[in-house]
Amino acid sequence: MGVLHLKINGDDLEVAAPGHWTLLEVLRYRLGLTGSKQGCDKGDCGACTVLLDGKPVLACLTLAATVQGRHVTTIEGLLPAHVAAGGKGADPVQDAFDRCGALQCGFCQSGMMLSARALLNRNPQPSDAEIKDALSGNLCRCTGYTQILQAVELAICEAAGRTPTPRSWERASCADSGAASASDSGERSA
Amino acid sequence: MLRLPKFEVATPKSVGEAIALLAEAGPSAVVLAGGTDLLPNLKHELATPELVVSLGAIRELAGIRLADDGTLAIGAMTTLETVASSELVRARAPALAQAASLVAGPQLRTMGTLGGNVLLDTRCQWINQSYFWRSALGFCLKKDGTKCHVVEGGKKCVAAASNDTAPALMTLGASLALEGPSGKRSVALDDFWVADGIYNKKLAHAELLVEVRIPPLPQGHRGAYGKLRERASIDFPLLGIAARLDVGTDQRVAHADVVVTALAAQPRRVKLVAETLRGVPIDEHELAHAENATLETSAFGRAVRSIAELAEKQCHPLPNVPGDADWRQAMVPVFVRRTLLAAARRAGPVHAD
Ligand SMILES: Cc1cc2nc3c(=O)[nH]c(=O)nc-3n(C[C@H](O)[C@H](O)[C@H](O)COP(=O)(O)OP(=O)(O)OC[C@H]3O[C@@H](n4cnc5c(N)ncnc54)[C@H](O)[C@@H]3O)c2cc1C
Ligand code: SF4
Ligand code: FES
Ligand code: FES
Repeated sequence: MGVLHLKINGDDLEVAAPGHWTLLEVLRYRLGLTGSKQGCDKGDCGACTVLLDGKPVLACLTLAATVQGRHVTTIEGLLPAHVAAGGKGADPVQDAFDRCGALQCGFCQSGMMLSARALLNRNPQPSDAEIKDALSGNLCRCTGYTQILQAVELAICEAAGRTPTPRSWERASCADSGAASASDSGERSA
Repeated sequence: MLRLPKFEVATPKSVGEAIALLAEAGPSAVVLAGGTDLLPNLKHELATPELVVSLGAIRELAGIRLADDGTLAIGAMTTLETVASSELVRARAPALAQAASLVAGPQLRTMGTLGGNVLLDTRCQWINQSYFWRSALGFCLKKDGTKCHVVEGGKKCVAAASNDTAPALMTLGASLALEGPSGKRSVALDDFWVADGIYNKKLAHAELLVEVRIPPLPQGHRGAYGKLRERASIDFPLLGIAARLDVGTDQRVAHADVVVTALAAQPRRVKLVAETLRGVPIDEHELAHAENATLETSAFGRAVRSIAELAEKQCHPLPNVPGDADWRQAMVPVFVRRTLLAAARRAGPVHAD
């Protein structure tokens, strides 16, 4: 058992944990930060994704002892970071996931949103292919991914002041789902 | 939940310090780079070290530089993401950049290093499993058991070399700079492998991979990487194919090479590739405009086709990694052909998405 000096979501923390504990175990079982999910626990699913110095990594394959002094962001840190940067409420990615219904069970969601946030931080206007590539290490067993991609697109469009284009089969875009109008006829409204 | 076995962690600051720690601790110590191969293997109890020596804090091990003589030297701790996106690597060694870009998924490329990829343990669907899973089958030759589940009655482990960058580096004529308790040495990657799935490399205990070196390549060098896998991300290769094509100033092939991996314990160089392609004219206009089917009627296309046939005869996928072995066998010529054509067109990587 040793004392680890970790920077989690902007806080400097001292945590006692054995050397063979992963970052995921320290987050969940020492710090109570259970937003990072323990899925496969061996690198296959992306549910444990956190940001290390802003880049998405898998906490289940990271020894906590090796990230001392580096900045770790978990899903619990997204809203406070957004507020600290002058924003209101949840991170726009979280907000877009909520409004697009980009989840069912929610297990993949923390990792998905962190991968998306990291992408938008380094490239605010990614192409569809770049979005898919950035999320390709995060598995979702429920949604079929469509709403997830739409949520990221919504966050991108809103940041740029654009309205996302509704898809041909949509009654209305998730941006204004309250206002289904011309698309009721099944035609593309944009 | 998959717990790691109990061990201590050391974070040395220099290569010398790391070697000393490893030498002193003996075989109960292992090296940790990005951890994306080692930690799943430890979670599966394929090894139970007492000390894990992390190279993460050794600055001198990361980075890409072009030496005065044109050698491209890539530090062992350079991440795959950095290798894949480096302009220097993309321009000089396209097959390597492409192979690195197709390893696993984005998070694993941010964590995984080139050194760790070169030194990746061999893979097999009967071994990359939890201790409990393996125990139900009575284990196997590679760890804790006495028989092989891939080759009935087999006396040798044929777990598959599955590192995407290895075949690319072999076509590039790369060598490894190693450093250990008895000093430094350099070994050609071609001579580094051993045909034994239990441990397929000539690396001594306490020896570190410091740098991967790619010798200067001729002006007309072209390369590509092709990867067969079930999903377009995350999965290890079911076949990995690196192709090299050097085109001379006379617009004829001066040198060519094809290396295939995910077969058995070491990557396999397809024989007679250079002989078949040498001197064959390259028609840039045709390459740029013709469909593959049309292209295949040209002298170059015919040579590519006969190399695909050679590869099919020489490469024999085994039921060691997931995916039907017959299907993988049938895909050998398809992927060899596509990867060579991609190299000629300065395109690639070749993969399903
Ligand atoms: C879900 C999943 C999918 C994957 N898919 C792929 C794939 O498609 N293709 C692929 O090639 N790999 C794949 N990998 C494996 C792995 O992510 C990569 O091969 C990665 O490059 C390994 O590098 P690392 O730095 O994480 O290695 P580590 O796990 O840290 O090390 C690997 C081995 O090399 C030794 N080692 C590492 N560096 C040195 C050094 N400098 N000196 C001496 N010894 C050293 C370690 O002791 C260990 O035995 C996958 C892994 C996972 C979990
Ligand atoms: S090939 Fe697979 S089953 Fe056979 S000994 Fe090697 S790891 Fe075990
Ligand atoms: S829990 Fe880490 S990748 Fe699945
Ligand atoms: S919402 Fe259930 S796994 Fe994605």
